Amino acid sequence: MSKAVIHAIFDDEEPLMATAKSMHSKGIHIKDVFTPFPVHGLDAAIGVPRTRIAITAFIYGLTGASLATLMMWYMMISDWPTDVGGKPSFAYYMNVPAFIPITFESTVLCAAHGMVITYYLRCWMLPGVKAKNPDPRTTDDKFLMVIETKEENKANIESMLKSGGATEIHHK
Amino acid sequence: MQHESEIREPLILGKKSYHEITEDIVRPIEGKASKYWYMLLTISIIAFLWGIGCLAYTIGTGIGVWGSNNGVDWAWDITNFVWWIGIGHAGTLISAVLLLFRQKWRMAINRAAEAMTIFAVMCAAIFVLLHTGRPWLDYWLFPLPNQFGSLWVNFNSPLMWDVFAVSTYFSVSLVFWYTGLVPDFAMIRDRAVKPMAKKIYGLLSFGWGGSARHWHRFEEVSLVLAGLSTPLVFSVHSIVSTDFATSVVPGWHTTIFPPYFVAGAVFSGFAMVLTLLIIVRKIYNLENYITIKHIEYMNIVIIVTGSIVGVAYLTELFISWYSGVEYEQYAFLNRATGPYWWAYAAMMTCNVVSPQLFWFKKLRTNLTFTFVMSIIVNIGMWFERFVIIVPTLCRTFLPSTWNMYSPSFVDIGIYTGTIGMFFTFFLLFTRYFPVIAQAELKSIVKSSGQEHKEKHAAHGHAAHH
Repeated sequence: MSKAVIHAIFDDEEPLMATAKSMHSKGIHIKDVFTPFPVHGLDAAIGVPRTRIAITAFIYGLTGASLATLMMWYMMISDWPTDVGGKPSFAYYMNVPAFIPITFESTVLCAAHGMVITYYLRCWMLPGVKAKNPDPRTTDDKFLMVIETKEENKANIESMLKSGGATEIHHK
Repeated sequence: MQHESEIREPLILGKKSYHEITEDIVRPIEGKASKYWYMLLTISIIAFLWGIGCLAYTIGTGIGVWGSNNGVDWAWDITNFVWWIGIGHAGTLISAVLLLFRQKWRMAINRAAEAMTIFAVMCAAIFVLLHTGRPWLDYWLFPLPNQFGSLWVNFNSPLMWDVFAVSTYFSVSLVFWYTGLVPDFAMIRDRAVKPMAKKIYGLLSFGWGGSARHWHRFEEVSLVLAGLSTPLVFSVHSIVSTDFATSVVPGWHTTIFPPYFVAGAVFSGFAMVLTLLIIVRKIYNLENYITIKHIEYMNIVIIVTGSIVGVAYLTELFISWYSGVEYEQYAFLNRATGPYWWAYAAMMTCNVVSPQLFWFKKLRTNLTFTFVMSIIVNIGMWFERFVIIVPTLCRTFLPSTWNMYSPSFVDIGIYTGTIGMFFTFFLLFTRYFPVIAQAELKSIVKSSGQEHKEKHAAHGHAAHH
């Protein structure tokens, strides 16, 4: 079965949203939508699942907290405990208040950087990577919907797009 | 679509379409730089180079070329460090805290404010790294295994907490700023005609395409970074304040310092944002985006934080008397009437009296007044840090150790150099980077743009009649 790829360009996000919703409700799979800014409600309209990146940030944060705790326990309690102004160095729990700032900073450091690196890799955003939007006008003021469908459904979908307010339709 | 009340003033004036926003933001980058830009850049670079010279002199000859002495071992260096870090905090507050509070007015100013943060923290770092005396040993600040039996750093010390706090703050702010910049770089890349510009902005934009999935992750990442940056900004300046608060010296040994410093940081930071943006909006014709309403909102933050700082001053004075501790009482008597009384007077006038003038709507919507006031606030905040550090150190417990302090030309030169460095980077930023988060801004045109508000108002009236 031959596949057809349709690119539909809209001038505004309102017809885009309406068309996306109606097509999604009819079971048509929208491959992607390229917009100049995040359009609220678009993810639900085209069926983009909720991202789990915040969960990864939480895990990295726990890692950061553990690393800092381990580091300070090893250095200040286990390896070379010193008497600094009488502060207790016999067990970790005795000196926890002094260790909190660094534990917190390490949590934030690992959570933030871990999450952002994961985000860049997941979206495959790296210096030198080719631009992902098929039409350069989508970073200005145009909205592009990409639909992959079987050859026979093409005409039907195109009429839906035209009635929804698409200003240009291209076949790729 | 988000609904916003009609009585709120629009955040984007001039009935802008998406394309017009793109054009307005990219014009300073694609066009030729004005002669004023070149003039300001030249002055900044000269100041920067002078500062580098003074830095080299300090490293080559030693800290003795500064005015610091045995009693007053922290003076301009730490004053400037805290001043710069404090200024940096407004950028993070605007990007992070205002995001969490869903304040859409942040969108026109967050990019420039975050850039200000990054450059301010770089300036602050210079003082930290240099004041150690033997800056080539600065790597000793980090807990690295070594041949001294593996002598570790002291994690009980706030100076050590500072190392982690400021490094984290700088790197996380940088990453937050850059992640937001990527879609805007993509916008410039897609419009670029010159091959060099296309190549560079292509590299900087990481292949961004604006796909729905990527925007979805982008928004989640921004939200989480905002959620992480908010406690970060409060913790960093609290930790900086504990550099003083955990000592035993009167005037420093007080629990009010963490909230007092954080409020003061936001206070001076917003003042610096105003100083910069009042100029930027004029020169780059961005008055439709950085509107009088934005200026007014920032002034309101200044009243709030300035009042907190004023209350902190009064609390300190009251407690020093009420405690009955003679050393604490003398510390404050000395600040007001001792050899540095003039610095104290400057601090009190600039920080307590001046922000209260913003209660008057006429004044807080007046650009000239705001501009002058923002500079006064920053001068006042510099004096605040100076008054905390030097008068206390020059009159500690043992009178035989009492010393006076005056800055040498090197102290002044390095400070001037950091101001030059800050403006050099900021001017380069305004020339080559998009000054306003245009992608974010486009998302509020329908809810907060002037044209749409007027249309809604007309519909509202029509529906009622």
